[in-house]
Amino acid sequence: MSFLSIRNLSARLKGRSDQILRHVSLEVAAGEVRGLVGESGAGKSMIGKAILGTLPHSVEISGGEIILDGIDLLTLPSAKRRQLIGAKCALIPQDPLTALNPSRRIGPQITNRLVDILGWSRSDAEARARALLAEVQIQDTERVMRSYPHELSGGMRQRILIASAFAAEPKLIIADEPTTALDVTVQKQILKLIAALQARHGTALLFVTHDLGVVSKVCQSLSVLYAGLVLEDSTIPDFFHAPKHPYSRALLAATPKYTDPDGSLTPVPDAIIETTRAEVAAFDRSAHV
Amino acid sequence: MLFLQSVTLRLCTTFITLFGVALIVFFVIRVVPGNPIAMMLPPGATEADVARLTALYGLDKSIPQQFLIWLSGVMQGDFGNSITTKQPVLQLVLSRLPATLELSVMALCIAIVIGGTMALTGTRLRGSKTEAAIDIGNGMALSVPDFLWGLILILTFGVLMPVFHISGRVTPSLALPFSTNFYLTEAALRLRFDLWLDIAAHMFMPALALAIPLAAIIGQLLKQSLKETMHLDYVTLARTKGYSETHVILHEALPNAILPTLTLVGVQFTFLIGGTVIIERLFSYEGLGNMAIDAVINRDLPLIQGIVILFAVIFTGVNLLVDLTYAALNPRLRHA
Repeated sequence: MSFLSIRNLSARLKGRSDQILRHVSLEVAAGEVRGLVGESGAGKSMIGKAILGTLPHSVEISGGEIILDGIDLLTLPSAKRRQLIGAKCALIPQDPLTALNPSRRIGPQITNRLVDILGWSRSDAEARARALLAEVQIQDTERVMRSYPHELSGGMRQRILIASAFAAEPKLIIADEPTTALDVTVQKQILKLIAALQARHGTALLFVTHDLGVVSKVCQSLSVLYAGLVLEDSTIPDFFHAPKHPYSRALLAATPKYTDPDGSLTPVPDAIIETTRAEVAAFDRSAHV
Repeated sequence: MLFLQSVTLRLCTTFITLFGVALIVFFVIRVVPGNPIAMMLPPGATEADVARLTALYGLDKSIPQQFLIWLSGVMQGDFGNSITTKQPVLQLVLSRLPATLELSVMALCIAIVIGGTMALTGTRLRGSKTEAAIDIGNGMALSVPDFLWGLILILTFGVLMPVFHISGRVTPSLALPFSTNFYLTEAALRLRFDLWLDIAAHMFMPALALAIPLAAIIGQLLKQSLKETMHLDYVTLARTKGYSETHVILHEALPNAILPTLTLVGVQFTFLIGGTVIIERLFSYEGLGNMAIDAVINRDLPLIQGIVILFAVIFTGVNLLVDLTYAALNPRLRHA
């Protein structure tokens, strides 16, 4: 039994027929790291938002199930659902510069979930925050806890957000392009850190990214998304040795090679885009969405 | 240290501002037609009478000379005597100031409560019919100026449904045990709630008239910045932690969204104090504004100068206070 299981999830713009997600199904087992790959606009972030209940007001879920630990989130009343998400899931956001509240100190921003939602005592929560900050290799934990976000660097803030995500020992963490907004030199450290913490805590991780290089390093399995349709669902070795879908093959071929830094960039060929679009259209006709 | 420096700088510019205000007012009220001496003398007074009285008040000297005499008096805390009542200007003005301050602060509180409630409700129920109703109400409140609201309130709650007092500051038959002119504050401190209620009931209508347009401005701006803040990543992150929408609005969005509103409230509060001049007249409220109108009608030059200077001091003081509060609330400015 998977910890998270999404079945035939469809979403569209409110009051319009524009589909954003098309019968998406995917599983994340306890402790598994699954990559969610696709170009911008493919709907990969929308899946994360649908799980966490933070979809924009303009988007509505038009069908399917999101089953978290045996409970269908979409049938829960919103207050119950919020509490369940708060207790079992966490988000590592994309942009560390905007994901911390500028008018509050770091300490309370890490401990607030533990104290307010999970009912920990303040001192326990603070001890926990200190331990986690040390775990994400922040030296001066006392000073950092008392700092305001603007006093810290972007890499430092992303470490804090990672620590904060792991603070309540969630069963599932959704990492929404956690390194995209960072400096290339910092990206690698942050990736290593997420992978290390994931392994140590045994947390399941849904890793949303457009970077196949990242996926190959961190994930065990992946789903490839195009226009809200899952084109391929493979384990990492299978995907990198024998991708099933033509779009996946083109995507792999388009990944820049570090061994050939002067080589020109290969885009996904137009013909492949055409056939993939046709596949999406055919899916829409057969599913009557 | 930097903080002290910037406060000192502000105080210096404040004095320059006050000097400029004094200079302009002094000259303008002497250049416009109308003569205080002519207002004082009975019909049939001789040229000699006029000249004698003019000399008595020092109005025969050149305007720059008069200004220097007045300024040297002000430096020693002497703002001259009122021409109509013969009392010292400073004493007159300070006796009326508490009434106006209490009225303005009460209006500000009403505006913050109404405007804040509107903004928070509108944000919590965004996209609903309630939000649309709040927007329409705000638009109406904004498009009618405070003195018109005053007239509307007098007609509605003073004439058609006489619920509130619409004239004066306190019921004249009541015995007042007060030693200052801060009636409302002192009634509360002396635990005389009977008096407090009477005074508050007198103040409520003029305060509401002053508050309505400001409430609309606060409501509109705060709702706007709240709605923008609600889209930011840290608010979304707080939602995923399990917090309710209301908690997210009050604890995550509000502390950040309130900053632009605060600056605006400071500016608008000075307009509100300016509005007391007409509103006090409308409600026969014994404040500084009412006194200002009488002073202008009687061409009471020293009194006009004194009142204008006091208004200018209040304006600059409020602006200074807003800047300090802003720095206190915004951690990014505190150390800068």
